[in-house]
Amino acid sequence: MPVRTGRKPKLAVWKFASCDGCQLTLLDCEDELLAIAGEVEIAYFLEASRAIVKGPYDLSVVEGSISSPEQVEAIRKVRQQSKFLVAMGACASGGGIQSLRNFADVKEYMQAVYPTPEYVRTLDKSLPMSAYVPVDLELKGCSPSKAQLLEVISAFLNGRRPNVPTHSVCVDCKRQGIACVIVALGLPCLGPVTQTGCGVLCPSHRRACYGCFGPMETPNTESLGAWFTLMGVPSDSLMRLFRTFNAYAPAFKEASERYASAEATHSHDQG
Amino acid sequence: MAGLPVAQPVGDRAVMEREGLQRLLEILGARGYQIVGPTFRDGAILYDELTSIDDLPVGWTDDQEGGTYRLRRRTDQALFGYGVGPHSWKKFLHPAVLRLWRARRDGLGFQFIPEDESPPRYALVGARSCDLHAIAIQDRVFVAGPYVDPAYKVRRENALVVAVNCEHAGGTCFCVSMGTGPKATFGFDLALTEVLEAGRHYFVVEVGTERGAEIFRGVPHREARAEERDAAERIVARAAERMGRVMDTTDINHLLYRNPEHPRWDNVAGRCLTCGNCTMVCPTCFCFIVEDVNDLTGEVTERVRRWDVCFTTQFTYTAGKPLRLSARSRYRQWLTHKVGSWIDQFGTSGCVGCGRCITWCPVAIDITEEVRAIRETDGARVGAVERPG
Repeated sequence: MPVRTGRKPKLAVWKFASCDGCQLTLLDCEDELLAIAGEVEIAYFLEASRAIVKGPYDLSVVEGSISSPEQVEAIRKVRQQSKFLVAMGACASGGGIQSLRNFADVKEYMQAVYPTPEYVRTLDKSLPMSAYVPVDLELKGCSPSKAQLLEVISAFLNGRRPNVPTHSVCVDCKRQGIACVIVALGLPCLGPVTQTGCGVLCPSHRRACYGCFGPMETPNTESLGAWFTLMGVPSDSLMRLFRTFNAYAPAFKEASERYASAEATHSHDQG
Repeated sequence: MAGLPVAQPVGDRAVMEREGLQRLLEILGARGYQIVGPTFRDGAILYDELTSIDDLPVGWTDDQEGGTYRLRRRTDQALFGYGVGPHSWKKFLHPAVLRLWRARRDGLGFQFIPEDESPPRYALVGARSCDLHAIAIQDRVFVAGPYVDPAYKVRRENALVVAVNCEHAGGTCFCVSMGTGPKATFGFDLALTEVLEAGRHYFVVEVGTERGAEIFRGVPHREARAEERDAAERIVARAAERMGRVMDTTDINHLLYRNPEHPRWDNVAGRCLTCGNCTMVCPTCFCFIVEDVNDLTGEVTERVRRWDVCFTTQFTYTAGKPLRLSARSRYRQWLTHKVGSWIDQFGTSGCVGCGRCITWCPVAIDITEEVRAIRETDGARVGAVERPG
């Protein structure tokens, strides 16, 4: 580990189309927050302070998806000013819950929701920032894990590779000794196709994982979905299972489209 | 209560009433053992700390099939009337997460902060024959070779084993095929066979070691009568006849070595989730990953090891990329090692026929079925060209 010398690295925290929950994960660090403030210069973090220090920034942590034309320009500027860019959370890394609109006609939605839709300037799709700029690291999750965020900052400060595993949730369920909720309880748990990092929050409370950390590195949604079908889960439920916070992450998108078309065929047959 | 507390010689059989087991646990507790064994939690029978026989899953049994595990009430009050659950004893002897050491920065160097390596002395109560074989396999891996694992060694040497012979064969069990059960033949201090017959509930106890004999002295017991021994033998023999699965192990390592391009690997890859559940529940899988984690200030760092899984991409990450890219290559590696090259590496199969990997695979991939499929079409090949990954 290198001995740190010189000025403190500058940290910036940015927000795009999001609920602010990821930034709260950083504020939620509480005990460690003082240590972070001691090690980095918090140069831009509007949720925490109005004080702004100009870029460039050594480490930028960005929440939110890219949802409007202005945001496309803004994320490019953030990228230009950032040496290391971390996309934090389901929106930044996968497009977020708002990417549900990617499956629909946005103009139709606007007509239905807004009295004067012509005031709304939005993109057809809500996308992860990696669709517009190179991203150095993605932290998954809605909300992301405080432990993973601290690990990334800590690794960055000490010039080492962060330990952010991309395998299934199952590995951590088993390390914690939790009995599988699919096998023992018959629940349709997405753990086997979902990236770990949450600390197996849902299965440890005997709830099925609903995939808020998005697809794991090599997700086999087809096999898991086939098993859930055998368990009696209908196609429309499977479609909705994959279509939540990471609806537009490629593996989950493909899965939900598979069950949407299965449902359409099924309804057609019934009709 | 029958019998005077006399020392029972090693290899002898005694009878202990149901209450005697409680007394045995009390003695183990008084001697400083942390008693661990099967208990009911979260819809499954897991291994955890026991304080009395009331913590055992009294009157429960399980129905196990590929990808399915359900508990069900028995019609009696058996204490050990179920098969193995998702846990194995490796969680105590080879902990899932273990800090190896810490270090503190000291100028340009650093100072070690050694771990206080005094783990609990475990009494493993309720270990089955397959589990004893699994422990023996991990012994070979961790302590028999030239590089002894101190964390495993200290836990293993201090552990006392109270085995239980199986009266119940799970739907995914195949210890008979693997020659690993259902009767415990070695590796225990005491081995119990639970007998519920003709209105009686007692244990036939086999003493395995001097240490077991010495501890058992404090438990009321008497010498087993011929009919009680017979009852115990009958119970285990019945379990042996009720194996849920069979695996033909004839020349199995060479069978797999000569079939690296068998189409079955593609078939199983279509189903495999690469989630790692099979390796995590396997009582012999021993791989771990070692990670260094430092605090924010960079003043203190620690080295932690965790159970690892050969189904992750990181497992074979070498020189910039993972070597086994496809699910096919990963499943093939796991199965071929487990029941094949393990034999050449350690002189024993890596599979003890416990069936955990079958039950706890979320999509019911069955190791016995995969081997059978390859054996039945030995020599089949996909294409002629070696495929990458």
